[in-house]
Amino acid sequence: MTPAHPIELVCPAGSLPALKTAVDNGADCVYLGFKDATNARNFSGLNFDDKAMAEGVRYAHERGRKVLLALNTYPQTDNWQRWTTAVDRAAACGLDAVIMADPGLMAYARRAHPKLRLHLSVQGSATSYDAINFYHEHFGISRAVLPRVLSLAQVEQVIANTPVEIEVFGFGGLCVMVEGRCALSAYATGESPNCNGACSPGKHVRWEQTPKGMEARLNGILIDRFADGERAGYPTLCKGRFEVNEETYYAIEEPTSLNTLELLPELAAAGVRAIKIEGRQRSPAYVAQVTRVWRAALDRLQREPAAFRVEPAWMAELNKVSEGQSHTLGAYYRPWK
Amino acid sequence: MKLALGPLLYYWPRQSTLAFYADMAEAPVDIVYLGETVCSRRHELRLPDWLEVAEILAEAGKEVVLSSQVLVESESDLKTLRRIVANGRFRVEANDMGAVRLLSAADTQATNWVAGPTLNIFNPATLNLFAGLGATRWAAPPEMSREQIAALRAGLDAPMEVEVFAHGRLPLAYSARCFTARHFNLQKDTCEFRCLQFADGIALNTREGQPFLTLNGIQTQSAQVHTLLGDLPAVTADGLDILRISPQGEHTGGIIQLFRDALDGLATPAAALHSARPLLPAEPCNGFWHGRPGVEQLVTA
Repeated sequence: MTPAHPIELVCPAGSLPALKTAVDNGADCVYLGFKDATNARNFSGLNFDDKAMAEGVRYAHERGRKVLLALNTYPQTDNWQRWTTAVDRAAACGLDAVIMADPGLMAYARRAHPKLRLHLSVQGSATSYDAINFYHEHFGISRAVLPRVLSLAQVEQVIANTPVEIEVFGFGGLCVMVEGRCALSAYATGESPNCNGACSPGKHVRWEQTPKGMEARLNGILIDRFADGERAGYPTLCKGRFEVNEETYYAIEEPTSLNTLELLPELAAAGVRAIKIEGRQRSPAYVAQVTRVWRAALDRLQREPAAFRVEPAWMAELNKVSEGQSHTLGAYYRPWK
Repeated sequence: MKLALGPLLYYWPRQSTLAFYADMAEAPVDIVYLGETVCSRRHELRLPDWLEVAEILAEAGKEVVLSSQVLVESESDLKTLRRIVANGRFRVEANDMGAVRLLSAADTQATNWVAGPTLNIFNPATLNLFAGLGATRWAAPPEMSREQIAALRAGLDAPMEVEVFAHGRLPLAYSARCFTARHFNLQKDTCEFRCLQFADGIALNTREGQPFLTLNGIQTQSAQVHTLLGDLPAVTADGLDILRISPQGEHTGGIIQLFRDALDGLATPAAALHSARPLLPAEPCNGFWHGRPGVEQLVTA
C-alpha cells in the first residue's frame, strides 16, 4: 500500500554549506538553529546568523524545500526576551515552521505571529496523545516530534488518537534518556540541554594520557578510560563505562547510533509523516551521506512499497558515520529496553 | 514553612512501604505525595492501595497529593492516569503534559492541581499559563537555583504556593530503558522486579571509584544526596512555602525531624546538617541551589 502522504525527510544543518548539501542530496526539510542558547545544539562555530538564515531560506525555497527553526530550549526569567526575539526573527525571515518546547513561548508565538506554523520539539517530552493534544488545543501545533522511547505499537496508538502530524527520529546520535527529562549534564557541569542547549559541553572535557590509559573527564569526573589501540569516543556522560557492583561496563548505553531504516515500511504504515535525521553538530559530509541514503530508501518505499528492502550498501554507508560504528533500533526493539 | 514528603521513588516490598507510611502518619510533615511515579511495572501497591494509605494519612491530618507517573508510554499508563485524575478526593500532582491536559479539562471545577517538578517550568509566562489552567502550587525543577526560583516567583501574576526539592538523591533522568534490569542482563519485560532488593537504588561509580549516579529502574539519580539543611536561613528568607523531602531507605523520619527542628529554631542549620551526616546514604551536595553543577557541595555561612 502506498502511504497517503509521502514521508518527509527532515535533515540537520549546522551551517550554510550543510544546508545546501542537505537540499542538494534530497532533504524535504532542513532544520537549523540560531547562534545562541535558544536551540539544543548550542556549540561554538555552529548555527546561523540572520544573513546565513536568509540565504539558507532562499536556497531551500527556490528548490521547493522547507526550512524549520529549532527554538527548542527553555527560556528562564532573566533571558526570556532573547527567546521571544528569536521567535520574531523566525517569523520575519519566512521560515516554514518553528520547533519549540516551552509552553509560555508557544503561547507568545501564537499571540504575536498567529500564522507561524508550530512544531512540538522532542524536548517537550510528549510521549502520549494526551500530552500532544494538550499542545494542539492550547497552541495549535501542527506536528510533534516523538521522544525516542515508544515502541511501534505505541507510535501507532499515538497517531490514531491525535490530529497532529507525527515526526520520529530515524537516524543519528541516540539519547537514551527521554529528551527534555535529563539533567545529567546539569548535574556534572551546570549546563543542560534544556536550559543551555548543550549536553556534556566540550569546554568541560579533559583528555589525559595516563599509565592506565587515555582518560576522558567531564568537569573532573572520569567518564571513561581507553586502553592503547581502543577507539576513544567523546565523553558524553551517559555513554561512558562505569563500575556497578564491581563490574565495569557501559552501564547506561554504548556509544551507538539509532538507525531505523529497516522499520521504514512499518513507520509508513503507522502513519508517520516525517523522519528526522539527528546531527546538526556533524559535518556537511555526514549530512550528504546520510541524506543520500535516506532519500534513496524513501523513494524506493514510495515507488514499490511491497517490495521494499534495505540495501546492504545503505547500511554500510550509514554505519561509517555512526557513533562507535554501530547502530541500534533503540526503543523500537523491546529487548533494548 | 511547610514540609512535604515527596513520592517514594524506589520500589520497596509492600509491607515495608505500608510500615513506612504508618510511621509518616506520625512524622512532622504537613504534606505527603503518594503513588508510583517511576515505573508502571511496580505494583506492590496499586492505586486502590495507595488510596487506602491516603485515607490513613489524611486522617492523621496530612494533606495528601497523588503524584502521576513521569514517563507515560502505554494505553494502560493513560488508564491509570485517568483514574488518578478522577479520584474525586485528593489533589493531584501533574508530572507530564498528558496529566495537565486531563486535569485542566476535568469538569470538577474544584480541581486545583500541583504542577510537578518534571513539567519543565522555567519562566513566569509558562507558570502563569498553568496557573490559568488550575495549577495552585508549583514544585520547581530540582536543577533550578535559588536566584532563578526567586526571579520566576517575582514574575507571577497571582500568588501561588512554591515548593523546592530540599532533600534527597536528585531524580536526574528518565528513560525507556531500565538500567537495573540491564545491570542483571535482564530485559525490562522480564525484570524479575530486581528493584525490590535495593531500598536506595544501585550505586554507580566512576572507574576510579568515585560515587557518581544511582540506578533506580528507568530513573537515574545522583549518587550524592542533595540537601538544603545547611542553607536553611537563606531558604526561609525567600518566602518559599514548602520544602520537599524525598524518602530514603532509612532514617527519613530523622531527616524530617532535623528539618523541622531547624525551621523551628531548635537547632542551627549548621548543627542540623552535622547531625544529618550519619543519616545520609552518601555525601551531601547542594550545587543546583547555588547555580552551580548539582554535584558540588558549597560551604555555607
